[in-house]
Amino acid sequence: MLLKMKFTQQRRVRLAQGLWLLSWMAVLWGAFIFCLGVYLKIELLRRAEVMDNTEIHVVPNILMMVGLASIGTNWVASRVCQDSLDATRFPRWKVLLLAWFAVAALLSCLLLAVVVLSYALQGSLEESLKVGLRNGIRFYKDTDVPGRCFQKETIDRLQMEFRCCGNSNFKDWFEVQWVSNRYLDFTSKDVKDRIRSNVDGRYLLDGVPFSCCNPASPRPCLQYQLTDNSAHYNYEYQAEELNLYSRGCRQALIDYYMGLMNSTGPGVLSVIFVQISVLVSLRYLQTAVEGAMALEDPEGDSEGYLLEKGVKETFEDVKANVLNMLKLGQVDPTEGSPEDAEKAASPSPAS
Amino acid sequence: MALMLVKFDLKKRVKLAQTVWFMYWFAVMAGVLVFSMGLFFKIELRKRSELMDNNESHLLPNLLIFMGLIACGINAFGGKVCYDSLDPTKFAKWKPMLKIFLGFCVGFNVLLLLTALMCFVMRIPLQFTLAEGLRNGMRYYKDTDTPGRCYMKRTLDLMQMEFRCCGNDNYRDWFEIQWVSNRYLDFSAKEVKDRIGSNVDGQYLMDGVPFSCCNPSSPRPCIQFQMTNNSAHYSYDHYTEELNVWKRGCSDALLSYYGGMMNTIGALVVTNWLFWKIYILLTSPAPSLSTLANPEDPESESEGWILEKTVKETFTDIMDKMKAMGKGSKVEEGGEVAVATVS
Repeated sequence: MLLKMKFTQQRRVRLAQGLWLLSWMAVLWGAFIFCLGVYLKIELLRRAEVMDNTEIHVVPNILMMVGLASIGTNWVASRVCQDSLDATRFPRWKVLLLAWFAVAALLSCLLLAVVVLSYALQGSLEESLKVGLRNGIRFYKDTDVPGRCFQKETIDRLQMEFRCCGNSNFKDWFEVQWVSNRYLDFTSKDVKDRIRSNVDGRYLLDGVPFSCCNPASPRPCLQYQLTDNSAHYNYEYQAEELNLYSRGCRQALIDYYMGLMNSTGPGVLSVIFVQISVLVSLRYLQTAVEGAMALEDPEGDSEGYLLEKGVKETFEDVKANVLNMLKLGQVDPTEGSPEDAEKAASPSPAS
Repeated sequence: MALMLVKFDLKKRVKLAQTVWFMYWFAVMAGVLVFSMGLFFKIELRKRSELMDNNESHLLPNLLIFMGLIACGINAFGGKVCYDSLDPTKFAKWKPMLKIFLGFCVGFNVLLLLTALMCFVMRIPLQFTLAEGLRNGMRYYKDTDTPGRCYMKRTLDLMQMEFRCCGNDNYRDWFEIQWVSNRYLDFSAKEVKDRIGSNVDGQYLMDGVPFSCCNPSSPRPCIQFQMTNNSAHYSYDHYTEELNVWKRGCSDALLSYYGGMMNTIGALVVTNWLFWKIYILLTSPAPSLSTLANPEDPESESEGWILEKTVKETFTDIMDKMKAMGKGSKVEEGGEVAVATVS
């Protein structure tokens, strides 16, 4: 037997009481995990317009699912604890407990998967934001195109809130036409020249939207002719640090989301620890109570353990059971009615 | 004849004591809430202290903090009295203090009402404080290299972005002041010379606003300069343009924010005050333990009242006592004079 322990009646009562408290604590932790998932999901949905795919949504989805499942399983555990010291009520849980252990173990594995995924999907999130922001910047000017009319406001608010500019940096704005044709005077020489000097016939300029301006700058914001030192007094394009936000929005958003996920990591790990504690404690309680009942002395001493045999033997048993189930699933070709056998033996007439 | 006389048996007294005890502890929580609100309001005012003209506006949060602490103290004491009220031996030690305590409660009740009224009235001085403070703030916007004012630009920009406002009353306020530092003006340029020359005070004024006045909801890129010049921008009309910059003034935006906060606090304090009226009414029958039909038997019936006599008689008694106190002080003065003449 693996990790065998002696249990007196008093110890069993103590274990049941402690486990009851722990399982209710785990219910609260489950609710916390669910809320965490909901919060993360909302935060991701808020920025859905600047994301290309929703792969990262697997993290909050698992958190919500595990949170709800955890509430259910731990509530069941608390009910088992209440009934564990009643010889008439405990046997009805015997069949359910095996399924319960499987579910609880699966939840712990899923929570561990969440922690791993939140780090593993960083690359996917980065790529999603890169493409999403590139499209967002490209559609910034389309304020009169249905479905894109709020893209400008979204990008402006994003840049103001996250104190960032462009995708990688403010120079990204120099590569797209971000002023709508509706506000360009095509009779003007300057506009004509700019459009002609460009292969795609776009109106490009070395300027950025107002939302890129940094309030910490001591001078009023310079938004246009940013690369032309002579256009502004006492200004040097290369040395200017504070005029605009120097950080790109992709980096700002990745830092924000990874910060969120990193801060949920310790919370999730502590939930895993609580969940495993409930699982182990309930297994001890189950085996100890069943042992006492087997001895037909509910108040006598009994033994509690985690596994009936060693880890290796248990694994072999499980393997054998699985193979046996698979064998039962297959139909034996020799088995069948005698008539079928005769039909198989007699040759079919040649056509 | 006592006012609102009620007969109390032991069961009724126990019920009353339990109810009042519970209400006192509920009032302790309300006191904590008033204290917390005062603290929150003080922090919020401190956050924008650079945009306030003076510190008069801190009177209200200080009063709220003070009232909250007093409420906690009074109610905790009241709770203790209620707890001891059913034990005649323990209650005896509180008996001499009860009248003073009830008087203190009435005084506190009046103060609480005044605090609630102040929450609604203080909006007026706050309006002037904000208007003056913002005017000064805008004047110092350009002084980014003056010690003590170097963060004024940042403060105003962040405020305009957060409260979605522009200028003091509206965006035109920026046209009346020089908000670009001389450090960034090329005095050899003709345009700069002309602008300064055309102004009495030698200020560099222009029909432009800082970037923080720009409204992200506008469909067109923000127009910050030459705002009154329609020909300077394509497809633009200065008078009909609604969304380009924030229309609302920051004085109004901040007043709405703080005013809303003060109204909420005021409403909560009024609610607290109404509860206090109930506490005083419920605590007043405290004499019921000292008017036991049989003082030897604590379980006997007793009478409780709000006033020992009618309102008129009580008022007359108070007036007589005050007159007597006045006469007493006069006699003392006369005595002192007499002694002086004898010697």
